Amino acid sequence: MIGIVDYGMGNIKAFSNIYKQLNIPCKLVSKEKHFKGVEKIILPGVGAFDHAITQLNKSGLRATLNNLVLNEKKPVLGVCVGMQMMAKSSEEGVLSGLGWIDATVNKFNKEELGSKHPLPHMGWNLVKHMYNNPLFNSIDSSSRFYFLHSYYFNSISKENSIAVTKYGKKFTCCVNRDNIFGVQFHPEKSHHDGEQLLKNFSNL
Amino acid sequence: MLYPRIIPCLLIHNKGLIKTVKFKDPKYVGDPINAVKIFNEKEVDELIVLDIDATVENREPDYKMIENLANECRMPLCYGGGIKTASQAQRILSLGVEKVAISSAVFNNPELVKEISTEVGSQSIVIIFDVKKKLFGGYDVYTHNAKNKIKQDLLVFVERVQNLGAGEIVINSIDNDGLMKGYDIDLIEKIKRRLDIPITVLGGAGELKDISQVIDKFGIIGCAAGSLFVFKGKYKAVLINYPNKEIKNKIINNK
Repeated sequence: MIGIVDYGMGNIKAFSNIYKQLNIPCKLVSKEKHFKGVEKIILPGVGAFDHAITQLNKSGLRATLNNLVLNEKKPVLGVCVGMQMMAKSSEEGVLSGLGWIDATVNKFNKEELGSKHPLPHMGWNLVKHMYNNPLFNSIDSSSRFYFLHSYYFNSISKENSIAVTKYGKKFTCCVNRDNIFGVQFHPEKSHHDGEQLLKNFSNL
Repeated sequence: MLYPRIIPCLLIHNKGLIKTVKFKDPKYVGDPINAVKIFNEKEVDELIVLDIDATVENREPDYKMIENLANECRMPLCYGGGIKTASQAQRILSLGVEKVAISSAVFNNPELVKEISTEVGSQSIVIIFDVKKKLFGGYDVYTHNAKNKIKQDLLVFVERVQNLGAGEIVINSIDNDGLMKGYDIDLIEKIKRRLDIPITVLGGAGELKDISQVIDKFGIIGCAAGSLFVFKGKYKAVLINYPNKEIKNKIINNK
């Protein structure tokens, strides 16, 4: 059973729609007791960093998530802001992230990007994955995924970075440490390859 | 590399899908959910859905309809129509929508852009400008389906909403709507020069060549179209269509 964390942020239903279509059991989780029977966790997010952290704190699920992920080692997939929340901090806000991965979230530098690269980074871009990570089973390297963000995940330990995308410069678009996974792009809105990635996560 | 986006834009009126010419003469073209299903199969880059009744009728967005659409969408969805507050925007995003588009509410209260972007992040707030050429040069901005002319200057106001935190601008040419004779290139040029957030252009595309022309000239840009993706042939028979992978790659790889 996959639990999709519903803390009042973002497009949670997009995930349950896909899993329903794939006949993979999933449910929305908005209270601690809903985690019963959940083996894998999706932490979605469309929104601003501080607002997302505030909503997560308000939901009362933060401590439970910390326990499930860090002690019980349940696989977790953070998506977009959900991935960014796994870092220690973000330049988009002042609140502390979950700190599950040694990383910060930084803003793309407008001057560095120049006029050919508008911000937000919006649209389909190539995802180059490395190391045969099971999350990318049956997905070609250099497949296209949908991105929608202005801040990027800056992984301190390079070995945690398992896929990169180039927008002005290369950045980590997929991170993995032990049971913890994060993707900057939106697999739930990336057609076939996105569905495959969500399926792969369910098979971990 | 980031690719330009080719985006069908669907208009909803009385719960059905319609297509207008110069914002008038709505022609019924089918059921929205059915159209979304076809666009899923065609793996479109993105979809814009605009409920053109909500603001005119001064009512709330139709959340049930949005939810039903989002349930079907396997591609990023931008919804517009009747949004006036940050909590409405947040509610719509939670239904499985990636971006909310706002128009008339922003002209009444520009600070709304800042309010919404603080909550949902800049990347999810889109401002739509419906514009029409003035008789002696320049452009006027309209709301309420081209019935209400607003006072603000287009070029000053696009910069203002960018500075307030808008994540994308959609420029829609009322003059070219439904004519299928190509985009207003001058208009795009004027706007693009002023902005460093993504822009999407709408109004006038009649063939894929019109889209190629814009992409060749402007590089990373969103090209949206209504008629082009719902009609076929000169008698405008209703047929949902979209370039296949091979054709699309030719168009988007030009730059």
